[in-house]
Amino acid sequence: MAQYLILIYENEESYANATPEVFERVMQAHSRFTEQVPEHGAKLLGGEALQPTPTATTIRGDVVTDGPFVETKEALGGYYVIEAPDLDTAIAVGKLCPAEFGGVEVRPVMVFE
Amino acid sequence: MIEPADAVADAHRREWAFVLAATVRVAGDLDLAEECVQDAYVAALEVWTRQGVPGNPAAWLTTVARRRVMDAMRRSSTLRAKLPLLVEPPSDDPPPRPEAVPDDRLRMIFTCCHPALAREAQVALTLRLLCGLTTGEIADAFLVSEPTMAARVTRAKKKITGAGIPFRVPGPAELPDRLDAVLTVVHLVYTTGHTAPRGEGLVRADLTALAIDLARLVHALMPDEREATGLLALLVLLDARRGSRTDAGGRMLLLSEQDRSSWDRVAIEEGRELVFDALRGGRPGRFAVQAAIAALHAEAPSYEETDWEQVVGLYDVLATVWQSPVVALNRIAALSMAQGPERALAELTELADDPRLADYHYLPATRADLLRRLGRPEEAAAAYREALALTTNPAERDFLTRRLATL
Repeated sequence: MAQYLILIYENEESYANATPEVFERVMQAHSRFTEQVPEHGAKLLGGEALQPTPTATTIRGDVVTDGPFVETKEALGGYYVIEAPDLDTAIAVGKLCPAEFGGVEVRPVMVFE
Repeated sequence: MIEPADAVADAHRREWAFVLAATVRVAGDLDLAEECVQDAYVAALEVWTRQGVPGNPAAWLTTVARRRVMDAMRRSSTLRAKLPLLVEPPSDDPPPRPEAVPDDRLRMIFTCCHPALAREAQVALTLRLLCGLTTGEIADAFLVSEPTMAARVTRAKKKITGAGIPFRVPGPAELPDRLDAVLTVVHLVYTTGHTAPRGEGLVRADLTALAIDLARLVHALMPDEREATGLLALLVLLDARRGSRTDAGGRMLLLSEQDRSSWDRVAIEEGRELVFDALRGGRPGRFAVQAAIAALHAEAPSYEETDWEQVVGLYDVLATVWQSPVVALNRIAALSMAQGPERALAELTELADDPRLADYHYLPATRADLLRRLGRPEEAAAAYREALALTTNPAERDFLTRRLATL
């Protein structure tokens, strides 16, 4: 079994202007997602939603600046950590992951032996 | 009496993929497996010279390669523990029925053509692992430097192990998309050899032969997959007229100028039968339809006597399964034969707005041809010049230049 990070990149403006109904729909999609993960032979190890990028602070060396590491239209807004037997399973889980205002990136977690 | 060196060369061409795929299963690591298979071929030359060529060269090579893997694993069990392993399907499953065991070569080709790899990496890995080409040969074929190609192959292999791309045939739900990726790679290998973007020479012709070998392999391993049948049909039919695509001086000839008596009738017959199989049973896929079009051309007694209405009809079907402006352009060329150049030019004008065709030299070349046939030489000349500015292939440039001169 390997671990994979599912990074959710979405357009933050879409959430900034979203109605309560949209939030409700997204929340329900995520809770459905967490239920579906085991059905695909994977295990959910964790995951969080993040505050939007205006709340981010970037530090390079000693310099502290306001804002995210890289300014992009679609920003990292949350992640899940899963355990899966292979990339195909991780991709299947990634396809299920809600991201209606963007997409997800699947990254294998490095293993040190 | 077979010369041992010939037998080794023959086994390299025919059995490389089989031996490597069977060895990968034991090694769980592509690089180790490749190294041991190479060693086995070196050993074969020496042992076969001394003891004669074995009855089953592939089995001999596999046994030797697997033994080398075991030796290497014993020698460096600590080193190997650090190597990332290819992901294998879980082994605690009940053993499948023997006839249901997929050939290891099939697992390998699906691994090479995994959608998590870039298309160019899929092609390079397929030629390296399935066809046994060296990195240098692949670099030559795709006109990049050897270090560039080596880096591409290494990066792809690292992703296979690092990201956990499995060594298995995809399940029924994923199979259509995954098979399409495999067939696309094989088709790309063929067209690279067929159209030779800039270069010429032997490596290119070898690519078309390798692509047909690959298409035969996929078809043999998945005989019920109609698109695999369709791709093989298409390549066999295209290849049947390969010799007539250029004249004795290497100049490119149009379909209308080709000597049809030189077409390979045996190959055309094989291709036709494959087309029937590929079209049977439901909505045909894009390779089957392209093969059907190729079959209509192959069986036509002359260019003029081709069943152009049916060709146009097949392009209409193709457009429903494959939305590509290139398909639309080919349809227009057929339409000009079925219903005349005027009608075709009207449709071409609409198509010309498609940004995906902006740098596609066949667009102005087709327009030039239609204008020439409509007796509008000045506009045709301008279109030929436009096409020339976008064309790099010397044979195609030569053709356009000749056409321009006749106006």
